Parts: sequence; structure tokens; C-alpha cells
Amino acid sequence: MQFLAIVGRVTLAAFAALGRLAIFAGKALGHLARPPIDVQNIVQQMLSIGYFSLPVVGLTALFTGAALAQQIYVGSSRFNAESTVAAVVVIAIVRELGPVLGGLMVAGRVSSAMAAEIGTMRVTEQIDALVTLSTDPFKYLVVPRLIAGVVTLPMLVIVANIIGVFGGFLVATQTLGFNPGNYLQTTMDYLEATDVASSLVKAAVFGFIIALMGSYHGYHSSGGAQGVGRATTDAVVSAFILILFANLVITIVVFRS
Amino acid sequence: MSAPAKIALKGLAKRFGQKVVLDGVDLEVAEGESLVVIGGSGTGKSVLLKCIIGLLRPEAGEVRIDGQETRRMSAAERKAQMAKFGMLFQGAALFDSLPVWENVAFGLLRAQRMKKRAAREIAIEKLSRVGLDAAVAELYPAELSGGMKKRVGLARAIAAEPEIIFFDEPTTGLDPIMSDVINNLIVECVRDLGATTITITHDMVSARKIAHNIAMLHDGRIIWHGPKEAIDRSGNPYVDQFIHGRAEGPIKMAVRAG
Ligand SMILES: Nc1ncnc2c1ncn2[C@@H]1O[C@H](COP(=O)(O)OP(=O)(O)OP(=O)(O)O)[C@@H](O)[C@H]1O
Ligand SMILES: [Mg+2]
Repeated sequence: MQFLAIVGRVTLAAFAALGRLAIFAGKALGHLARPPIDVQNIVQQMLSIGYFSLPVVGLTALFTGAALAQQIYVGSSRFNAESTVAAVVVIAIVRELGPVLGGLMVAGRVSSAMAAEIGTMRVTEQIDALVTLSTDPFKYLVVPRLIAGVVTLPMLVIVANIIGVFGGFLVATQTLGFNPGNYLQTTMDYLEATDVASSLVKAAVFGFIIALMGSYHGYHSSGGAQGVGRATTDAVVSAFILILFANLVITIVVFRS
Repeated sequence: MSAPAKIALKGLAKRFGQKVVLDGVDLEVAEGESLVVIGGSGTGKSVLLKCIIGLLRPEAGEVRIDGQETRRMSAAERKAQMAKFGMLFQGAALFDSLPVWENVAFGLLRAQRMKKRAAREIAIEKLSRVGLDAAVAELYPAELSGGMKKRVGLARAIAAEPEIIFFDEPTTGLDPIMSDVINNLIVECVRDLGATTITITHDMVSARKIAHNIAMLHDGRIIWHGPKEAIDRSGNPYVDQFIHGRAEGPIKMAVRAG
């Protein structure tokens, strides 16, 4: 009986949290559709999400692309390695690793920062103060972050894809003895429009998830510094899981064949 | 029939989980009146203000502003109503991502869409009224002392010259001279701008200076309400204990013997 009670309680709590998240997202989307849009705030958020994430995302992509080329070369050296390495690197990076690793890195950096900032504003009554100054916290805090996330992540992922492929190119041409011209040619041959499109769609969705989780957990934090700390952790963990899950769903839908 | 009270509360109740904070508060504040609310720490004074202004949703009772019941309002009406209010938070609640002057001008810039230059001028004028000079305008909240934050919060609350202003402990943490400056400012807001104000304070000197009427909150209810001149002969042992600051009396402070 005890066990059933616990299961019941946990399930109820989970549904309550899900409902709260749905309401939060619905409210944010509702505001998204209604002007005015706070351009200055969006630009500032885009800078902090995008520009300052460039180093970490670039390095991640570079190392991953390089390691990938090395692994594929080792694994496929018995076959026609020349074309396999370039093809697998570009497909793996553009379809999966670029958006997913980029999304995860940005989630680690940005969801936590958003949750900490908005959470601090919540516990120090700054969000209440916004309301008393006739400023909707959703319009001022949440919507600019969501827009910036959705717009910025695709740009970051394009950069990540290019650098990732370049990482593979470096290893292949510098240590594995590939011909640069041939390698690039194969890369271009295997890169398809669907791959790029799915990569960008994933990035936009991940950007939404990152900003939503950061804002949501920050907005609903309570109980001082400890509560804000919990909110940042929850934001990152939930963003990670949702990104991986969304990635799976999009991959299945796009590449069902 | 006379005009409806600016603020009228009836049977206002608010609790957090099991803890009952407000348990049927009835209170009226006339237009242009300065009401001071006193009461022990943790009796729900801040909660009371937040229920009136709409930051917290009471479980029961009604809040009428200018005769209008707030709970049945549409989003647009609510927004229009919020424009009537200004509030100084107990913890100042300054936006720490913005410099002081943008904090003060926030409502002017956002809600009223005023031009930056004009809003800045008003902000600096309001800052000077709380005893802060123009150099402070460029600082960030993290660079201010506690008392300075409070005064910036005050300047922000009055910047848009709202009809109703709530001051949550405006003089706590200020030296006696600055306290008097702030008291005068609140008096001016009421006298010159015709604002209706509710001030929470523990400071009886300041209460006597700014109040028309004083109300005392205890155990979730208003246990005494009357003109400030009457407070010394209220005949209410709770009020007497509070205004004389005596540890002995009917109010038992929840102090755990260590
Ligand atoms: N958001 C909240 N969640 C849970 N309990 C709360 C919340 N806000 C206030 N309380 C509780 O409500 C009670 C009243 O709090 P309030 O801040 O109104 O006290 P106060 O009268 O303003 O005290 P003080 O003079 O110390 O500022 C307190 O016991 C507090 O614990
Ligand atoms: Mg208080």
C-alpha cells in the first residue's frame, strides 16, 4: 500500500509539473504572437546565447570531427576508406553531432545562466517589481530569450557543422594522408539538402528547449539561494534530456525512409 | 452617498499551505489618505500589500480599488489598474542588470514609452528628492549601500506619480536624518500629488509624522484602526505594547528559548 501511495504521489506530481510547464509554454507562445516585440532585449540575449557560446561550441565541434575521422578511418580501412571517411564525417556531423553536441554545450552554458538570472529575480522580488511597473515578465524576460534561442541556435549549429567537418578534414589530410581536393569533393557529394534542413530544424527546436527550460525553472524557483541553485541544475538536466529526446523524434520523422 | 473608498478590503484571507497569514482583513482607505500599518514582524503586513496590489491571490474576500472588485477584472482592466500603483518593496527589489537611473525610469520607459532623455531627467530629479545626486544615476544596484538601494526603490515607486503608493518599511536601515527626509517626501506625495498611500513601518516616529490614520495588524486581522492622534489612548493593550515596544504584554513573540 505504501508503495502504491508513493507511486501515486510521484505520478501526480509529475503531471502537475508537466501541466505547469505546458501552461508556461502556452503563455509564452501567446505573447510571442502579440507585439510589441522587445528588439533591444532580443539582440542582447542573442549576443549572450550565440556570440559567447562560439568558442565552446567551436572547440567541441573541432575535436569531435577530428576524433570521428580517426575512428572511421580505423574502422573502415579495409574498405574504400577515402570516400567513407569524408562521407561519414559530414553525415554524422551535420545530421547528429553538430546540432546535438552544440545544443548540449549551449544548454550547459545558457539554460543554467538563464535559470540563475531569472531565479534570482524571482527570489529578490524583481519579478514582482516588474509587474507593479506594468511590465509583463513574460514579455520582458521570457519571450526575448525564446526568440533569441530559436534564432541563434541554427546559426551556431551552422558554424559547428563547418568546424566539425573541418576537424575531420584536418585529421584526414594531415595525419591519414588523404588528398585535400578529393576529401572536400566527397564531402560535398554526400552532403544533402535534407541533412542541412534537418540540422537547422533540430537547432531551432533545441534553442527553444534551452530558453524554455532556463526561463521556466528560473521563473518558478523559490526559497532563496538554495532554490536558485536547484533551478539551475533542473534547467540544465531537463534541457539535456529534452534535447536528446527531441533529437530522436526529429531523426525518426525526417529519416524514416 | 459619498464616493467609494480608494481602497476597500472585505474579509481578505490568505494562507500559505497550512499557515494562515491573513484571516479576514477589513480595511478602508479614503482618497488622499495616508494610512500607516503597524504590526509585529511576520504578521503579514507585506503579504497584505501584495494581496491588494494583485501580486498574491487571496483565498477569500474582496479587494476594491475605486469601487471596482479586482478579482473579476479582465487582463486589460487589471493592467490599467496596475498603472495606478507604485510600490516600494521591503527589499527594494531593484533590477540589478540596469543602472540606477534606468531602474527609476523603468515604468516611464516601458509602460509609458517615454523618450530616454526625458525619462532620464525625471529619474535624476526623483533621485535628488530622495537625497541621491546625479553621480549615483550611473551606478548599478550592486554598488549601492542598503539605505541607498531603499531610496532608489522609493524614487522608482514615485517616478510615474501614481495615484496609490505602497511603502514597505521605507525608513528601515536609514539614519535618523535621512529617515526624516523620506518621511517628508511621503508627506509631500500625499499633500502635493494627492496620492493615497499605505506605509508599513515599525518606526513610531515616522508613523506619527506621515500617518493620517494608523491600523494595527495582529493574528491576521486589523485589531485597531483610528486616527494617529488617538493611538496613545487606544485602550488596546496590544497597541500599547507595540507602540511602547515592551517585551511583556499580550503579544507573545515567538522566541524559542535556546
Ligand atoms: N511566498 C511565501 N510563501 C510562504 N510563506 C510566506 C510567503 N510570503 C510570506 N510568507 C509568510 O507569511 C508571513 C507574513 O509574512 P510578511 O512578509 O507579510 O510579514 P511582515 O508582516 O511583512 O513582517 P516584517 O515586518 O518582518 O517584514 C510570514 O510568516 C511568512 O513566513
Ligand atoms: Mg514585511
